[in-house]
Amino acid sequence: MAASGYADVVLAAPVTVPYVRYSIRGAHWFIGRALAQLLAAANIEKERIDGLAVASFTLAPDTAVGLTQHLGLTLRWLENPPMGGASAVVSIRRAARAVQSGDAVIVACIGGDTNHTDSFRRNTSAFSQFAQDAVYPYGSGGPNTSFALLTSYYMRSYGAQREDFGKLCVAQRNNALNNPLALFKKPLTLDQYLNARLIADPLRLFDCVMPCAGTEGFLVMREGTARALGLPYARLLAAIERHNAFPDDPVQFRGGWAIDRDELFAQAGLRHDDIDFVEVYDDYPVINVLQFEDLGFCSKGEGPDFIRANSFEVDGTFPCNTSGGQLSVGQAGAAGGHLGVVEAIRQLTGQTLGARVVDARYGLVSGFGMINYDRGICSGAVVLAAD
Amino acid sequence: MAQAPTRAKRKNPVLRTPLPTLPPHARSRVALGLTAAAARGALELQVCRDCGAVQYPPREVCRDCLSSRLTWRPRNGDGELVAETVLRTAQELYFRERLPWRIGIVRLDGANLVVYVHESVGRVPRRVRVEAALDRAGEAVLIAVSPNGRTDLSADAKLREMTCDPRGRKILVTDGKTVIGQAVVRALAAAGAEVIWVGEAEPWKKIAGSATLRDLPQVTMVPLDVTDSASVRELAGEIGAKVDILVNTADCHRTSAIGARGALDAAQLEMDINYFGLLRLAKEFAPLLKARAADGPASSVAWVNVLSIFALANYPPHGTYSASKAAALSLSQALRADLYTAGVRLINLFPGPVDDEWDQLEMPPKLSPGALAAAVVAALQGSLEDVYPGEVAQDWLARYRDNAKALERELSEGSR
Repeated sequence: MAASGYADVVLAAPVTVPYVRYSIRGAHWFIGRALAQLLAAANIEKERIDGLAVASFTLAPDTAVGLTQHLGLTLRWLENPPMGGASAVVSIRRAARAVQSGDAVIVACIGGDTNHTDSFRRNTSAFSQFAQDAVYPYGSGGPNTSFALLTSYYMRSYGAQREDFGKLCVAQRNNALNNPLALFKKPLTLDQYLNARLIADPLRLFDCVMPCAGTEGFLVMREGTARALGLPYARLLAAIERHNAFPDDPVQFRGGWAIDRDELFAQAGLRHDDIDFVEVYDDYPVINVLQFEDLGFCSKGEGPDFIRANSFEVDGTFPCNTSGGQLSVGQAGAAGGHLGVVEAIRQLTGQTLGARVVDARYGLVSGFGMINYDRGICSGAVVLAAD
Repeated sequence: MAQAPTRAKRKNPVLRTPLPTLPPHARSRVALGLTAAAARGALELQVCRDCGAVQYPPREVCRDCLSSRLTWRPRNGDGELVAETVLRTAQELYFRERLPWRIGIVRLDGANLVVYVHESVGRVPRRVRVEAALDRAGEAVLIAVSPNGRTDLSADAKLREMTCDPRGRKILVTDGKTVIGQAVVRALAAAGAEVIWVGEAEPWKKIAGSATLRDLPQVTMVPLDVTDSASVRELAGEIGAKVDILVNTADCHRTSAIGARGALDAAQLEMDINYFGLLRLAKEFAPLLKARAADGPASSVAWVNVLSIFALANYPPHGTYSASKAAALSLSQALRADLYTAGVRLINLFPGPVDDEWDQLEMPPKLSPGALAAAVVAALQGSLEDVYPGEVAQDWLARYRDNAKALERELSEGSR
């Protein structure tokens, strides 16, 4: 049965708490600052927020529950999706139904984390039971190990070259150079990409996101609410999510989008060439390629040709990760899952921090998260439209 | 072929000895099933008793039919290496100090196994055999090796860390007077030990065989009486900081049923050597082994106890001896926990009756001292911590694991 649509649901007030490599602050600080920015952007009092969806890896021992007291919020709707890079898509799906049904009027969706000098090791060493029991004791490489295995398998199976991944990374860096909040400020050449330090064969330094601290946030509400507040907004046309897709694939070469993409485009009422830009989850460039293929922009295995035939800058033939993506902005934990949504809202409402995709009407944002053992478990995507 | 570790003739006293670091040891309780099998040198994976699905990583319920009837079963380890990488950065100090690491995914019985890949395995994709080994934290890890023939973990520069290969090591064998002790010394010499100190409790007593031991170029006889704290302390002060492997062969075996005349005296003597002797050795030598656990390629690596299968369940005709070995087993568990904090492995051997004077009245099959010594060497060359050499030990182990209470009844038959 097809899910009912998201008519009347909009996203507004895109905010970013500027990223820093390391911070002495706690996650509560980063989430609290994002909430303050959301209130300022929407010009509303804290009491108007009656729903909160928050994703964070570094809140422990707190959860979203502790945050309500910490931030002095009295809510009637609370979500805490533990889905990392897929958390924003999931928050949107949940929040959309809440505002449609009247369970909440304005839902703040926030993803953010702090990053202390030893945070990343602590998070990855106990990321999941399977990771702790069966991956971390093998070299403690964290996600680098898993994505190196995926990348080498993809290259061997479909003939992708290092230059193909490099082209994506260089394009994202070019996009980031226009984004004042990106942590990477210098251009990246293909030579620098190809000759960077080896991390885990075939991955080199610029294939890997840099962990940092920061927050992304936005509001979900009904169109009428946004109009009454005088807020520019993007419409939610479609949304999908899938968990533990294709568990019998020997090595991950596809994600759940391959199951749900037809529903996504049918729900949106759009074809692929209607999409003006995409924001894909990019902790490593091989995942961009999986999303291009599994979302249907090209067939499985045609990713390398698709890359060679397109350009991915804001003014390219296939604008992708227009603010620079995590690879060039930084990966602020669960903010990484929200970065693309926030950038898409900015593109569709004319509030970009950097370059704007000309006449952008439709944007697709996809999420991917949680290397529970040997592969990413959660996938999802939303299609957003300019008003 | 394993290469001998190279080290300077003399340790430079100015340089700081590196402190031992360890791979991560945190495991869920279900995952410790893998460790329990690896400790015996076996690869076991969970198999669903209802639908037969093989499970990995270890879990609480079947991934297919959700049955909770998962049992650990031996697997032959045949699988296919489907992806690999060479990891050149690591978050944990232990791995960082030893980069790079070759890691892969093996598809085996419908499950995915993240594994170490042995140097001798060719490039992916390829048939491999998966073995379980114990890492320096004492936890099980999986290793993909070539499917044909026996694999020598010591032949891989990194995986050598999972073994305690005696080649090039300096070893103390605590008692060279027994036939077992002498066989162990010869086997270690043949396996490439660089130096073997052999303990002698009462040097003035000439024992058959000890003269030929002295002729081995690696051997130095040293005075050691494990019933004398001062003797143990003195030897530890003299050579303790150089010992890489300690093999405790000191053993007192009297065939006393508990009602026999002199049973109390026998029991006290057995306890003084088998239990308190181990405790005295542990007190003096364990801190020294732990301090040198990361001292270059020939660091301290292992402690070996020759216990007895009688430690698992009491054999009434050897009632007091069984009790002393059970006490030693219990103590060895405390010692193992202590040694693993520095990555030093404790290996226990549980032989059945040995072909020596104290097991004269036991019926065959009996273990020859040479076979027991070979088991000591194999245990050090491999990657395990509990060894049950010989048919009788294997038989007792199977009975013990199947039903410990039934074994107790079976062993009491001889007393009726």
